[in-house]
Amino acid sequence: MKNTAAMNGAGPSEDIGTFGVLAAVVRRDLLLALRRKSEVMTALFFFVIVVSLFPLGIGPEMNLLRIIAPGVLWVAALLATMLSLNRLFAGDQADGTLEQMVLSPAPLGLLVIGKIVAHWLVTGLPLVLIAPVLGLQYDLSGRALAVLILSLLVGTPLLSLIGAIGAALTLGVRGGGVLLSLLTLPLYIPALIFGAGAVEADISGLGASGHLSLLAALLALACFFAPWATTAALRIALE
Amino acid sequence: MLTAINLACVRGDRRLFANLGFTLEPGGRLHVTGENGSGKTSLLRILCGLSPSETGEIRWQNEPVKHLGDEYRKSVLYLGHHNAIKEELTALENLRTAAALAGVAVDHAEGTELLGKVGLSGREDLPVRFLSQGQKRRVALSRLLWSTAPLWVLDEPFVALDTAAVAWLADIIGTHLSHGGMAVLTSHQEVAINSGIAQTLRIAS
Repeated sequence: MKNTAAMNGAGPSEDIGTFGVLAAVVRRDLLLALRRKSEVMTALFFFVIVVSLFPLGIGPEMNLLRIIAPGVLWVAALLATMLSLNRLFAGDQADGTLEQMVLSPAPLGLLVIGKIVAHWLVTGLPLVLIAPVLGLQYDLSGRALAVLILSLLVGTPLLSLIGAIGAALTLGVRGGGVLLSLLTLPLYIPALIFGAGAVEADISGLGASGHLSLLAALLALACFFAPWATTAALRIALE
Repeated sequence: MLTAINLACVRGDRRLFANLGFTLEPGGRLHVTGENGSGKTSLLRILCGLSPSETGEIRWQNEPVKHLGDEYRKSVLYLGHHNAIKEELTALENLRTAAALAGVAVDHAEGTELLGKVGLSGREDLPVRFLSQGQKRRVALSRLLWSTAPLWVLDEPFVALDTAAVAWLADIIGTHLSHGGMAVLTSHQEVAINSGIAQTLRIAS
């Protein structure tokens, strides 16, 4: 059968391949983020403000600040990521893009990976980049700051991956925002323990490699299972 | 060839339809009619695989679509109530992203040309939120121009369009059918499509 595109004159019909579809999803979500700057900045400003409030509230107790720094930075990163999660699939569902993604010849899991990558680039990566500046307020040493960046670099993709499962499960649920927090925050606990633990271990001289390895192992596990679970949840939400 | 056998749809504890079946040959179009809430959209979503049917099955070229997977998704184009376009992106960006999602490459020049055909020339680089309802619908309909899918599943395609656009769309669907394509559509308007073998399926509760 003659294809439709050809019969309408222009002939754009070459296949762009699996990687092309993935790139298209990432590019679209980044473009959208660029056009809705306020939404992107909300999570980042939330992170900056929450982290900066603690030194102001506690006062210049350097020893105390050094002890709480890893925990505060990591908890703030968790909450900032949470803030952006409910928009991950909600917009696509409201305007029908999600239906088209499900009907795309490319596997839905791949498109979900594209969305998660874009989510991390927009919300996770800025947190990683600004964390060392905020860490200075807590009098962290250069070495501890480096470990902090490393732990966030491995940990924030994990937060996006786990969060995507929660966002997909609560899609279309009334009051889904609260449910999303209740569902996702417990799953974030391992990331919090090993992420903050890495920085604490380094400060106390134990070495951070053990914690970082476990964090990386969790990331590898999530890379495999999270897109699969998210895909299943999205299909249920669309039925 | 699309064959639907013994389809049924249940929403909550209400049975919308049951024992529904039809065969659509190349060049054929199926008009699904029925009152509001009778299950037209549900049927169309079942046909393209978005929701499962309670009973029965759908066959594409005599193969159950459950076994075909992406091969069937490649053959279907679905246009729902929602336009599936992003308000912040321009018409051209929307067109190119939608094409990429379907695995079709459309470059800048081709995209501009296709938007010209749907009557949006000069507005390619305007964010879609500045366009009217009808123009947004036209952006959504532009997917009919690059799609390579033989089966079109169109839910109320004529909504929000002016008379000229309705005639244009009817023409596009007619051309698709005359080239051996198939179409399943719902519409509350009487629209003259001048080719293909027409069937009507009335969903009555």
